[in-house]
Amino acid sequence: MGSFTLTHERPDCFYDRFERKSELQHQTHYCPGCGHGIVHKLLAEAIDGLGVQDRTILVSPVGCSVFGYYYFDVGNVQAAHGRAPAVATALKRSLPDKIVVAYQGDGDLGAIGTAEIVHAANRGEAITVIFVNNGIYGMTGGQMAPTTPLGKKTATTPFGRDALNEGYPLHICELLASLEAPVFLERVGLGNNKQIMGAAKVLRKAMENQVKGLGFSLVEVLSPCPTIWKMDPVEAQRFVREEMAAVFGIGNYRDRTATATPRPARPAPPKLEELPGILGLGNGDRDRLPCGETSAVDYRIRVAGFGGQGVLMLGEVLAEAGLDAGYHVSWLPSYGPEMRSGTSNCHVRLSSRPIDSPLVSQPNVLLALNEPSLHKFLPGVEPGGIVLYNGDAIPEGCGRGDVRMVALPFTRIADQIGVSKAANIVILGALLEATDLVENEQATAALHKLVKSPKWFDIDVQAMERGREEMRKTTMPVSDDYLWGV
Amino acid sequence: MTSKPDRGLVEFNSEECKGCGLCVEACPPKVLRLSEQLNHYGYHTAEYLGAGCTGCGICFFACPEPGGIAVLRREVAA
Repeated sequence: MGSFTLTHERPDCFYDRFERKSELQHQTHYCPGCGHGIVHKLLAEAIDGLGVQDRTILVSPVGCSVFGYYYFDVGNVQAAHGRAPAVATALKRSLPDKIVVAYQGDGDLGAIGTAEIVHAANRGEAITVIFVNNGIYGMTGGQMAPTTPLGKKTATTPFGRDALNEGYPLHICELLASLEAPVFLERVGLGNNKQIMGAAKVLRKAMENQVKGLGFSLVEVLSPCPTIWKMDPVEAQRFVREEMAAVFGIGNYRDRTATATPRPARPAPPKLEELPGILGLGNGDRDRLPCGETSAVDYRIRVAGFGGQGVLMLGEVLAEAGLDAGYHVSWLPSYGPEMRSGTSNCHVRLSSRPIDSPLVSQPNVLLALNEPSLHKFLPGVEPGGIVLYNGDAIPEGCGRGDVRMVALPFTRIADQIGVSKAANIVILGALLEATDLVENEQATAALHKLVKSPKWFDIDVQAMERGREEMRKTTMPVSDDYLWGV
Repeated sequence: MTSKPDRGLVEFNSEECKGCGLCVEACPPKVLRLSEQLNHYGYHTAEYLGAGCTGCGICFFACPEPGGIAVLRREVAA
């Protein structure tokens, strides 16, 4: 008989048993004749051949191949639908010595994840992407994919894919080949022996590129899906060979591996203690983090008006001053797309305790810079809260007996100091006079930080003082009864 | 009578085989077939006709299951 030696056997980088469930641990979950099984084997052979099993990280997608991590005995991460290139980017950048492989199907890469793949390729991330294109959604039951050939009937194109209605099949390799950064782009098929052996070679090259540190490599694999195309495996192979390959040309679309040089290592990121300096915050800021020694307060402030009134700015000053005062703070702007006019409001919280949510739906401070804002937000104000309204008097029908309401013509007061745009800071002054929210110095320091121009800073300081004066003149009582605890 | 012994040998793991038939299609000397028998899971698994394997290994790459097929080659006497 003579002796034989094993030349082709189960690749080492598969787990011995697939512990996805308690039974059938010796076989994959793929349908008979599925291209994923073949791509898995070719990839496993490449990993074994290059000897990189111990430093490979596979990013599994959403789709039929979601369980890649049950099969490959490598580092495994499973990404949200379409996001494998983004996850792979993070992995590769933080662990540059690892071989990071994003494995995706055409629904994942070519539909929901189109943006991720285009930008990862455009950045030239030094990852390897394996793009398994079977021309249809498999796992979800045969819906049209962006890669479905024209005329093909699917669950969602019962009359056949029509270019006028569903567009044309998306050619990912050609699309990415229009970008400057990718190093290697090639489309292969699993349509016959020659194609499969070609695919094995190309997959290995795409992996090798990363081992050499060259840059972005993508292999698109035209792959059979017998179950969903309702064909037997051999017929599905013919479909790949004759019909898929007629739409998606097999071949190389980019090969700069001969001239590409290894991507240089990225500079180390700055140290944590360097960040305040880089962000221009000054070194003292770290000492003023909330220390928990302030008395229990929870200011929930809503500032509202029209865009351009300085609504967001007023909120920012309050939050900044609150930070200075040792509170936990949050500032959440809410505005339309308009830069001026339109409505604008923000949620601000100053609290002696950690803030659970930055949303303020029941404010205890409402700063209404125009009438619509008063109408809109007054009903939500907590009993005992304070409302400052920018007007001569509270509009009829707007009164509430259980909150403190102050109407002052803040814009006109600002006009008197020559700058109507400073009305927001006049309101700030009035609010500080009416409450013990923050100290004057803290508000001034916040203005100093946020208002870059010395001219405007002087105007704002003046505006704040006028706000205080006007508030003192109101006949409304200033009483601790209106202060609210937690 | 053949004078030269077969260069290769192919072994199937009938527990892994799902009977897709891609190896039968792929085999260049056409020495594989799907069995009349059903395996434990109800598949007509692939089997070797018993002679004629060249050890080329194409069936191994065409097979979607990780360990469905192993291919051996005869050691050549030095």
